[in-house]
Amino acid sequence: MQLSAKAEEILEALWIGTEERGADALPFAGLGVVANDDGLAELSRLAYVEVRGDRVFLRQEGRFEAMMTVRRHRLAERLLMDILDLKGKKGDAKACEFEHLLHHGVDTKICTLLNHPTTCPHGRPIPPGKCCEEARAEGSVGVVALTELKAGERGEIAYLSTADAKKMQKLMSMGVLPGNQLHLSRTFPTFVFRVGNSEFAVDDELAREIFVRKG
Amino acid sequence: MSKPVSLSAGVPKIVLVGNPNVGKSVLFNALTGAYTTVSNYPGTSVEVAHGFCDLAGLRYEVLDTPGMYSLLPITEEERVARQILLHGEVHVVVHVIDARNLERMLPMTLQLAEAGLPLLVVVNIMDEAERCGMTIDLPLLQSRLGVPVVGAATARKRGLAEIRAALAAFDPSRRPVFAYASDLEHDILRVAAQLEGNYRLDRRALALLLLQRDEEIQGLVAATEGAHHAKLQQTVNQVIFERRVDLHLRISLERKRICQGLLAEVVTQRTGGRPSFAERLSSWSMNPWTGVPLLLLVLYFGLYKFVGEFGAGTVVGFLEGTLFLEHLNPWFIAVADRFITWSWLHELLVGEYGILTLAVRYAVALVLPIVGTFFIAFSILEDSGYFPRLAMLVDRLFKAIGLNGRAVIPMVLGFGCDTMATMVTRTLETVRERVIATILLALAIPCSAQLGVILALLSATPGALLVWTSFLLLIFLVIGLLAARLMPGERPMFYMEIPPLRLPQPGNVLVKTLTRMQWYFFEIFPLFIVASILLWAGKLTGGLNILVGWVQPVMLSLGLPVEAAAAFIFGFFRRDFGAAGLYDLQTSGLLSPVQLTVAAVTLTLFVPCVAQFMMMKKERGWMVSLLIFVFVTAIAFASGWGLNRLLLATGWLA
Repeated sequence: MQLSAKAEEILEALWIGTEERGADALPFAGLGVVANDDGLAELSRLAYVEVRGDRVFLRQEGRFEAMMTVRRHRLAERLLMDILDLKGKKGDAKACEFEHLLHHGVDTKICTLLNHPTTCPHGRPIPPGKCCEEARAEGSVGVVALTELKAGERGEIAYLSTADAKKMQKLMSMGVLPGNQLHLSRTFPTFVFRVGNSEFAVDDELAREIFVRKG
Repeated sequence: MSKPVSLSAGVPKIVLVGNPNVGKSVLFNALTGAYTTVSNYPGTSVEVAHGFCDLAGLRYEVLDTPGMYSLLPITEEERVARQILLHGEVHVVVHVIDARNLERMLPMTLQLAEAGLPLLVVVNIMDEAERCGMTIDLPLLQSRLGVPVVGAATARKRGLAEIRAALAAFDPSRRPVFAYASDLEHDILRVAAQLEGNYRLDRRALALLLLQRDEEIQGLVAATEGAHHAKLQQTVNQVIFERRVDLHLRISLERKRICQGLLAEVVTQRTGGRPSFAERLSSWSMNPWTGVPLLLLVLYFGLYKFVGEFGAGTVVGFLEGTLFLEHLNPWFIAVADRFITWSWLHELLVGEYGILTLAVRYAVALVLPIVGTFFIAFSILEDSGYFPRLAMLVDRLFKAIGLNGRAVIPMVLGFGCDTMATMVTRTLETVRERVIATILLALAIPCSAQLGVILALLSATPGALLVWTSFLLLIFLVIGLLAARLMPGERPMFYMEIPPLRLPQPGNVLVKTLTRMQWYFFEIFPLFIVASILLWAGKLTGGLNILVGWVQPVMLSLGLPVEAAAAFIFGFFRRDFGAAGLYDLQTSGLLSPVQLTVAAVTLTLFVPCVAQFMMMKKERGWMVSLLIFVFVTAIAFASGWGLNRLLLATGWLA
């Protein structure tokens, strides 16, 4: 069953307060709730939290759900800020609404799309999900920008990220097309790589637009 | 729309097209021999070479187009190349491609075939491909492509006879068609079916270019279709919107898929083998730790030893000292003394600034050997493929001064001739880069003629050369940094193909050197004569003295003797002239080491020669070139003043 938005907010605040800030519990005031809050009641019913006096404790049973809630929130932040370019207060506000939609595997898909990020835009850790563990176990690094490759590594060009049509054409005219194999031979003073039987030099700015699947 | 370039109507035309660096120009020279002319494409600054060739008793006009990567142009060069295809009556289009990268080159072959152009494919650089361990089944490729395919290594004169034979026997009626995926074809047809006008290019190709928002084609179609155009544009916009996610990419991938089909079993690659010496040298040249020492070696042997000592020393010594001063000039003067009684004509021909005694002597004895040896060294480096490596090595540094690594080529060429280098700045992509490069060339890059004299001048005074070099480098960097900060415009972007290093071919080096020398003489030599006449007129009318009088106070403020004024005035007419004037001052003992250094620095920075100014005007327009002129003059004298103060205050060189 799915938790209400209010319950998710409480779980999230509890996780941050206890796991990340080291408190053992949070007072009602710290969670922004009153004693007869619906969300709190919902969580108590599931035995995710325990209320003692005016303090709320996160129970062992609720830990996993809390962690996943935090994960969804921070993934939402990454998605909004990195991909949709919504920054600042507006981004934060939208992320709070957005996170409640990331259920039923949507979070996994977004996590994979973002290449399993480990921190949110504010620098706080994103708890790893099952997909992250699997990717780590397989040693798959997914798709990275050319600037992330080391000299001597090769990969298959996955996509070009530039929105600038001229840049796109330059790259394509060099044979930098998805599906082609690329072998990086230098990263300094410029990026030097081989596609097919030709060698090219590009600066950081263009290299950042080329995304490759390592391997 | 500008008119197509043509020397003569009615002669069937052969147009060479292809990527840069695939040996188009070598093939062009081989086909046309010596009878070529280079002219600007109407309305642009892009040059197109023409020539004629006779095949099986028929005369053909041959055009060498600027390098293009695709039928959809990005640079002005590509635009011109396509204009020629778009508007000219073409008998055959020769697509020259690089055998090592067929997979990358063939998409453009497809585009040319798709455009309905009569096509002949030359698979060039076969020798290098074979050295890489590739075998290419050309007959199979020919049968798959449906147009004649000839293998060649034009740089080694291989396959030229076959190319001639294929051109002579060319049958323009063969038009192969390659199909894209059906959904894409459907959309192309939706647009192509609405094109009703008469076009030189095939409708399918036009439709594809319209879908890729090619502005020039949009203009052409709008003009041809008339009232019908609005409806057509609607369909185009519709398809573009429906395919907004990935149209460009989809077309590229489709072309790639077709090319892979064409190439299956055509290319076999033998793998393995140790890296060759050329490959190892190549990687050393790109590693800063080994690349910089390598660059210094190149500069030492190429510039200092060959151009400086051999060209400016040995050859100049012989030509100027022995040939002109001992033999030719006395003879000119003796002949003039005997036959020319008018003193003004006598003065004009053999006087102090005489055309024969000064202009010709300077051009032949002083400038020719220095510029000639420089062009030889430059052409050797160019043919070996060293410059792209240098470009990637200095890219970061050049970014700081608002340029990108690509600009290293005009900058190095500037050490030979700033005028030619100013012309070459047109290969830079943005206007901003072109302006910055033009300023730096005008200001801080001394040309070889000037370098020769200044090196001779300063080498006698220990430390002066060091001060001169460091000061010029400082000015170069400071002005570059400022320009990068202050000049508006796009940030430069660097991308460059790095061709394999190869041993320079004597034939290529010779042709490249001769072409440059020829240009130099046709463009610059008349100016030498003009400068001589102006100086002669100035001397005769007294105008020169008035001008010198104006400049004298400036000289005094720089701490220089008033006699230096003449050198600066001459310097405007020709940079090396001014330097030579200083040389005379120094040999007559009029300059102290400080004065010498200040004068040399100021003169090097000072206004470019007349020829360079004319080239600046041609490339950048009156406004920009006059601004640069004023700016450079101000910086030159301000720097001279500052340097004089500095040297006097610190007591260096005293």
